[in-house]
Amino acid sequence: MSRTEWESSLTVPVSEQRDHVQGSADAPATLVEYGDYECPYCGASYPIVKEVQAAMGDRLRFVFRNFPISTSHPHAEQAAEAAEAAAAQGRFWEMHDLLYEHQSRLEDQDLRGYAEGLGLDVERFDRELADHVHAARVRDDFMSGVRSGVNGTPTFYVNGVRHDDSYDRDTLLAALQRVDA
Amino acid sequence: MSLGEFRGRPVILAFYPEDWSPVCSDQLALYQELLPEFSRFNAELLGISVDGIWSHLAFAKDRNLHFPLLADFEPKGAVARTYGVYRAGDGTTERALFVIDADGVIAWSYVSPVGINPGADGILSALERLGSAKAG
Repeated sequence: MSRTEWESSLTVPVSEQRDHVQGSADAPATLVEYGDYECPYCGASYPIVKEVQAAMGDRLRFVFRNFPISTSHPHAEQAAEAAEAAAAQGRFWEMHDLLYEHQSRLEDQDLRGYAEGLGLDVERFDRELADHVHAARVRDDFMSGVRSGVNGTPTFYVNGVRHDDSYDRDTLLAALQRVDA
Repeated sequence: MSLGEFRGRPVILAFYPEDWSPVCSDQLALYQELLPEFSRFNAELLGISVDGIWSHLAFAKDRNLHFPLLADFEPKGAVARTYGVYRAGDGTTERALFVIDADGVIAWSYVSPVGINPGADGILSALERLGSAKAG
C-alpha cells in the first residue's frame, strides 16, 4: 500500500475564530484532532497529545474538532454539545479535559456536575443542552471531518495532512517535528 | 431482493469482509451516522457480506445499524463474484464500495485495503457528481 494513495487533507482549514485552539497562530506545526469523547482510543490519545504539547511548547498549535459516532457511543453527542456549551461560556478546554478524564461518566447529571465544577452558568448550560443549541456546530465539525477523510477516531492532521501513521507519542512527535524544520 | 427494486434512485453497495470484525464495525457505524446525508441524495445504502441472515440480524441489533445488511451467503459470494470483489482464498469479500446510479449503472467504485476503513468521502463525492440531490 502506498502512503500517497491515502493522503487526505483538511477540507476546512483551521480558523482562529471558529475552532478551539491551544497555542499560537504563528506556531510552525498545527495538530488537528477529530475526536469522540466516549471513544476509548481517543481517551488513550488524550495524554499523548498533552505530552506532545509539552514537548513542542510554543512550536505547536493544537485544534480539537468533534467527531461523535453516536451509533457506537451513545453519550458522545451530548458530551460534544456539553463541551460546546462550555465553550459558549469561554471554558471549552477545561470541559474537554474533564470529559476525557471521566470517559465512563458522561450521563447528563455528570455533565451538569462538570459544568458546576467549572463555575459555569449551569442554568444556561442545561438549557443549551436541552435545546441542542450546539448540535449544528457539532454536526458541522463532523461533516468537515467526513469530507477530509476521517474514517474513525481519533484522526489527526499534521499541518493539514492526515496522519496515517501510529499516534503513539514518539511517532506523532516525530511527524510534528518534521514539519517544524 | 434485486437492485432493480431501487431503479430511479442511487444505491450505495458496501461490501465488507465479515460481521463483527473491528474495522467493519467502525466503517458501518460511520455510515449509520451518515444516513441523513445519503438520503439527501435519495440514495439507499446496502451493506453486504457473506455472513448469513442470523449473524446480520444480531450484528445490526448489537451495533445499532438501521440499514439493510444483505446476506451473500448461498451460493456463497455469488453477488461479490459478479462485482469482481470475492476473495476466494479467504472466503470473504474485499472491502469495496459501489455507487450505482438511478439507471442501475455503476458510477463509482473503490476497493480499499481490507484492514482499512475507507471512510465516506468518496461515496459523498460520487453522489454529488451524480447530481441527483433532491431539494430538501
